[in-house]
Amino acid sequence: MRALVVVAVLAGAARAEVVAIEGATVWTEPGKKLEGATVVMDGALITAVGVGVKVPAAARRVDARGKVVTAGFIDAMTTLGLVEIELEDSANDGTFGGGPGEEGIHAAYRVTDGYNVASVAIPVARTGGVTSVVAAPRGGLVSGSSAWVTLAEAATVADVLVRAPLAMHVTLGDSALPSARGSRGMAVERLRELLDDAAAFARRKGEYERNQTRRFAASRLDLAALAEVTAGRQPLVVWAQRASDIQAALALGRELGARVVIAGGTEAWRVAPELARAKVGVILDPMENLPWSFETLQVRDDAAARLAAAGVTVALSTLGDYANVRTLRQRAGVAVGGGMPWDAALAAVTSGPAALFGPGSGKVPPRGRLAAKAAADVVVWSGDPLSWPRAPSMSSSAGSSSVRTPGRPSSSSAIGASRPSPHLDFRLSRGARAPHFGVTTAPGASITCTAFFHLAGPSASSSSDM
Amino acid sequence: MTMRPILLAVALTGCGGGARKGALPAPPAPDKAPEIDLDSEWVDPEAMAQHPRATRQGQKLPTRAVVIRHGTVLTAAGKRIDDGALLLEDGRISAVGAADLAAPEGALEIDARGRFVTPGIIDAHSHIGVYPAPATPATSDGNEATDPNTAGVAAEYAYTAQDPAIARALAGGVTAALILPGSANLIGGRGVTVEMRPGRRIDDVRFPGAPSVLKMACGENPKRVYGKKSGPQTRMGEYAAFRAAFQAAADYALKWKQYRVRRGEWERRRARAVALDAESDARARRTPGKRPLHVKPEAAPDPPARDARLESLAGVMAGTVLAQVHCYTVRDMAQMLAISDQFGFDVRAFHHAIEAYKIRDLLSARGVAIATWADWWGFKLEAFDGIMENAALMAEAGGRAAIHSDSSIGIQRLNQEAAKAMYAGRAAGIDVSEDAALRMITANPAWILGIDRDTGTLEAGKRADVVVWSAHPFSVYAHADLVLIAGRVEYQRERGIELSDFEVGNSAPRAVEVAK
Repeated sequence: MRALVVVAVLAGAARAEVVAIEGATVWTEPGKKLEGATVVMDGALITAVGVGVKVPAAARRVDARGKVVTAGFIDAMTTLGLVEIELEDSANDGTFGGGPGEEGIHAAYRVTDGYNVASVAIPVARTGGVTSVVAAPRGGLVSGSSAWVTLAEAATVADVLVRAPLAMHVTLGDSALPSARGSRGMAVERLRELLDDAAAFARRKGEYERNQTRRFAASRLDLAALAEVTAGRQPLVVWAQRASDIQAALALGRELGARVVIAGGTEAWRVAPELARAKVGVILDPMENLPWSFETLQVRDDAAARLAAAGVTVALSTLGDYANVRTLRQRAGVAVGGGMPWDAALAAVTSGPAALFGPGSGKVPPRGRLAAKAAADVVVWSGDPLSWPRAPSMSSSAGSSSVRTPGRPSSSSAIGASRPSPHLDFRLSRGARAPHFGVTTAPGASITCTAFFHLAGPSASSSSDM
Repeated sequence: MTMRPILLAVALTGCGGGARKGALPAPPAPDKAPEIDLDSEWVDPEAMAQHPRATRQGQKLPTRAVVIRHGTVLTAAGKRIDDGALLLEDGRISAVGAADLAAPEGALEIDARGRFVTPGIIDAHSHIGVYPAPATPATSDGNEATDPNTAGVAAEYAYTAQDPAIARALAGGVTAALILPGSANLIGGRGVTVEMRPGRRIDDVRFPGAPSVLKMACGENPKRVYGKKSGPQTRMGEYAAFRAAFQAAADYALKWKQYRVRRGEWERRRARAVALDAESDARARRTPGKRPLHVKPEAAPDPPARDARLESLAGVMAGTVLAQVHCYTVRDMAQMLAISDQFGFDVRAFHHAIEAYKIRDLLSARGVAIATWADWWGFKLEAFDGIMENAALMAEAGGRAAIHSDSSIGIQRLNQEAAKAMYAGRAAGIDVSEDAALRMITANPAWILGIDRDTGTLEAGKRADVVVWSAHPFSVYAHADLVLIAGRVEYQRERGIELSDFEVGNSAPRAVEVAK
């Protein structure tokens, strides 16, 4: 049974293939489920979703009976594409050092300038049903601007851009201390000054160019980048853990007219009603449940559940862990274990992050749900998207319940007895490409059941802001 | 006195909202599980009257016989018993069988209908208690990074049995773990095997009878830490230093052996002298006026100086201390195996062992186990070739693979990690049975720790280290409902986790308090 083939229609493929996924249980959005439904995609866009929709004659038909279809998962904060190997400086472009006394202002930095579409970690992430991510810089007081990118096979970053610059990323609390003379209040003060100056800079650009302004707290490009935030064109993603830091971020947003998103958010549950009132969403990792520092003392297993229950938009994330983006679904499952309703957990890896970063506009199709004219970021799962297959019974004889994957000897003895071939094995988890045109097979790549991706191509996903 | 009835609430979240809504196509088993009612005293009331921690100071508490019926019993010893039963007496498993298992009068009956019963999970690689939360310089006690060889230090010197992570790991079904020094040093020091429950001090929680282990590390970490200091700077330096250390220990062991020979000879001479003296004394008493003649006393030979570092290494060579070696790559594992051959010891397990699959035939043939992750990879160059099929391929080759955590977060979900390893193997066409996958977090780590005769499977005679799960433990939604260590209930989901003293005063943490 070839249940678990991962197929990605290449973004770079010249033709816009029409594909129909038929007979599946389709979650068009969290809470809305269709049985025996069909999803029709034409190139980068979904053209129809529903029961009994007409399938164009030319369509490649995929029998997905017994399978589950969702929108592609979105990791709302990662260094995927920026960091290849955390501990190799030459393969790590996602982190600013931030030693004591460092200014830590990198507002003009755009991750797109260093984003590596060829990162070997990208196909690995895809095996977890993740079809797009927010690639964000980190470190310093102001880390720079992020990009929302799909994980499609592509030649250049422009081919995978959903939107960039997407959001400005700043840091409060413990992580900001090196750039704040050791005081978290100082970090807030510096941010306030920077954003205030950015607004002034935007108002007085001409005078600035003629040297008729006072000295601003950052360089010209940094101020210009921050002005996007004060003008309300870009959200301000604030890394903040302690409730007091989160409240400080909310206050900054109110003072300066910035749309705030909280990341980290360990103690966000404590101020959940306030966050809900301010329509401020939270990006968090539901697995973190230890009081690692004095800014996370009030960590809870059910933080995500509480936030969602209070009406806060939640995005579950691996929070920068580029190598483990594929575990996003496990984290969503863990959030369910922590009391989050299943629908809410699905939302927190699909429609939630999409809502935080814009539901789509103009030429950018919406993501995070399945509907006509939405981006064709689609995942076909062999079962529950938030868990691996239900544990089978003892009878796990080869071939019965286990999953066969192409491209590898199906008889285990074929590799077990002979001298192991590291290279053959090595490719297993790396989503190695099969030679046929337009199709990526990822043998054994997914823990369970990822089956089918259709990633939006470049034609419709080009950035509107770049 | 009567104890408050111990109730195991129905798993509120169990298989998640999907099941509640009837939404998921394949909801993981469990929610129909009825309430478990442990409606009478668990432990001898007199003993319970004392502080629960105080009762553990070395004295054996009387435990009541317990029988767990109607659960699906996964033994990790090749058997799955649907509707099975387990009888626990005096802290041990006395019988495993079908639901109608005979139990002694007065045994506490636990109805585990709809639930799953497994051995307690064992983590072969943890730094809980030596890198406790909060992680501050004040609590960072896991790496004595002052010398590449600190074989004389021991994790237990630093272990705090009040790390907030302990109760959370216990709530994840973990009943024992090997606590290791970190990997900054080539030879980091002794590890200690603990029962995974909060205590006052290491002595309260040390796993009885577990052998001592020595943590070693090769590859990138010692180079990174010492490259710009004393060295080693290169792998050449690392393995030369290992050889020098073991050679010194071999010399040390020889000195002690020679000393024991000399001491033995001296003792024999001394005994003869004492006999001769006694004889002479007796003669003198019989013969008035005769004075006894005594042998001139000879000083005992001086023993060589004791050296804790060399003791540890000599213990490894003598086989009394298990070698636990952190290595990622094939070249590093191969070097350590060559050293173990040269100095005549066994590597018990390679830890992390990201590239074990490339030499799984060699490792299996030598009986060297691995302890690795299900899916961590890529965080450093020596972890770049990590694949999810690693453990499965090792098992397929007949080797022993354990899934370890190396993380105070990961340790809480080793059941999920084993599931991932199993499904990754199956997806690649490797036949990994449910039992084999369960052994990766129970029997196999027990072997690595040298406590496999005592725990790690559900078999008669083993310690009663048992977990009752709300659903199949390989479901992401499963919770440990009940965790017993040596027959005693240490965690009950319904009651939540035991807060560490550090957390007292913080309103937040309750491991599982479900938001409704």
